[in-house]
Amino acid sequence: MRPSLTLLGTDLVRRILAEARDLLDTIGLDIHNPAVQDMLLAEGARVDPSTARVRLGAALLDRALASAPRTFRLHDALGRETHHFGSGTVSFTPGSAAINVLDGETGAIRAPLTADYVRYAKVVGGLRHIASQSTAFIPADVPSAVSDSYRLFLSLLYGEKPIVTGAFTIEAFEVMRDLLVIVRGSEAALRERPLAVFSCCPTAPLKWSDVTSQNVVDCARSGIPVEFISMPLAGFMSPVTIVGSLVQQTAETLSGLVISQVASPGAPILWGGSPAIFDIRYETTPMGAVETMMIDCAFTEIGHSLGLPTQAYMGLSDAKALDAQAGLESGLGVVLAALSGVDNVSGPGMLDFESCYSLEKLVVDHEICGMAQRLIRGIEPRDDFPARPLFEELIREKHLLIAKHTRRHLRDEIAFPGPVIDRANQARWADEGRLTLGARARREVERLVAAWEPPRLGDDVKAQLDRRMASAARRAGMDALPKRDA
Amino acid sequence: MSILSDIAASLQRGEDDEVASLVRQALDDGQDAVAILHGGLIAGMGVVGEQFREREIFLPDVLLAARAMYAGLALLKPLLAKDGVPTAGTVVIGSVRGDLHDIGKNLVGIMLAGAGFDVVDLGSDVAPERFVDAACDHGASVIGLSALLTTTMPVMKDVVELVRARGLQDRIKIIVGGAAVSDAWARQIGADAYGYDAASAVERVRALARTPA
Repeated sequence: MRPSLTLLGTDLVRRILAEARDLLDTIGLDIHNPAVQDMLLAEGARVDPSTARVRLGAALLDRALASAPRTFRLHDALGRETHHFGSGTVSFTPGSAAINVLDGETGAIRAPLTADYVRYAKVVGGLRHIASQSTAFIPADVPSAVSDSYRLFLSLLYGEKPIVTGAFTIEAFEVMRDLLVIVRGSEAALRERPLAVFSCCPTAPLKWSDVTSQNVVDCARSGIPVEFISMPLAGFMSPVTIVGSLVQQTAETLSGLVISQVASPGAPILWGGSPAIFDIRYETTPMGAVETMMIDCAFTEIGHSLGLPTQAYMGLSDAKALDAQAGLESGLGVVLAALSGVDNVSGPGMLDFESCYSLEKLVVDHEICGMAQRLIRGIEPRDDFPARPLFEELIREKHLLIAKHTRRHLRDEIAFPGPVIDRANQARWADEGRLTLGARARREVERLVAAWEPPRLGDDVKAQLDRRMASAARRAGMDALPKRDA
Repeated sequence: MSILSDIAASLQRGEDDEVASLVRQALDDGQDAVAILHGGLIAGMGVVGEQFREREIFLPDVLLAARAMYAGLALLKPLLAKDGVPTAGTVVIGSVRGDLHDIGKNLVGIMLAGAGFDVVDLGSDVAPERFVDAACDHGASVIGLSALLTTTMPVMKDVVELVRARGLQDRIKIIVGGAAVSDAWARQIGADAYGYDAASAVERVRALARTPA
């Protein structure tokens, strides 16, 4: 039986949804994009152009909910299916998007460079429990105008896994879509086999900016899946109660779903978010708070009640180093996300309120993800009944180390982590160099970087990617892209 | 690949029936039993041992390979001269007096047997005299002592002293192990080696068994 977590129950889910729909119908929300306002007006929304206030009635909401796909698939750079969202699987993707990295060698928190991103892409490629890349942090050695597309460019050059990303401007979307089309070969092929998911964020409370609402429309019309990242801040920019914040997150996400489905009925979406509580003592937004995770899990429950695939920012920590807090917060988040059945969990590798990325933490979190995936495979009998023959064998042979039953089920029943998680006894641990978690993680990062093999894209495709990115960089005032390792 | 290579490869996969069948075929083809033993079985186990030391394979893989080796060896034994049958040596093992824990000791016994040793397992709660008597009776060159409890660890020292009292310390070596035991403890009581897990115990016993008397 697969274990699962329920925090709300059917009745509370129904009431939250009803209140969110009422908010959208009565108070409405602000959409600071005239074209999106016009598009919604044409479909029956009530729009006040003088205030940008848009109200969405029940009929429009129901049409949008009816057309949103319940499942969709994602494919890697070679066109192979990697994700079937909505099928019940839980996938993990690195957290995004940090403005700093934790330098594994010096322990310093500093601005990331191209070389850091290349190392990151190489590491992600070797992690089997991390199904996709994300554009996890923002290289500081390119102009900010292209920092979003440049991350995607590097991910496509150095990895094959599909990518969770996002555009910071309306103009950047075109560059990013072009990069994806270059890899796929055509817009139709990209629509047929999506290669990326774009995060699109409403602004709390109940607002869509010009940029993000346009990104939703552009993605929908290009067949690029969108994950809605609503960010209520409990006690600050949303009600302090978990239920109150859930009403707001539901309203904001439903509004995004309406924009997407009006732009292109059937456009793929993930019901997601990055909520947090607000810690009034430090004026921070802790991702490692258990209440933050409760909002995430409950919101997933609401999405699943609508039959929609989901996303959540979980498995992150607010620690500033790879320490015990980092492990406990990420471990708790990953396990709760898995038990909630979040379809795409964004978080591994992230520290410091989503602002600092650590490759060493990523390889630790990767092993946590493996354990969580084992957990939700649950417990089921495997040739265990009747029990007597196996116990007769145990008593006769005095052990079951090489029994057929052991050999048949060992790998299914027991997911061995490693090499970061230490399970050696003290003497062997000492014999092997007394390595701390940090040292083992650093060693694993180096191993993965050394084991990396270039993506199997054609040289002509890589050259096209380079030309398109260089052209965008030139327009942003940069004559040449930063030098990169092979 | 020659049939001897096939035997070695099959042994590494732990395919006992296949190894027996290949050994039978090699004999039918007129191959010499000693050549099959060294070129097939021992060569295969050598690779397995190396992979195990490098942590490339694990305990069950070694045990499966050992079982496959014995499947082949059973066919060769009647054809080999008595001194041609390889044995790594004889080891007496047991949990010391007052200690009823035997999981770790059992694991070491299984691994030693898999590595080609003749293992005399005296069980748990074993008095010092029984260890030394059994080693003499069976011609063992190594005694393996296991203790989980700090309260029973001192019995290990009693065994060491008894071996010395009987003047057997050059002929019988002592290895100790168990949850509370350490390398420092082994040195303190005058034991010859400490094994921190079953794999390391086999390595240490192998070294002790090679130590000239």
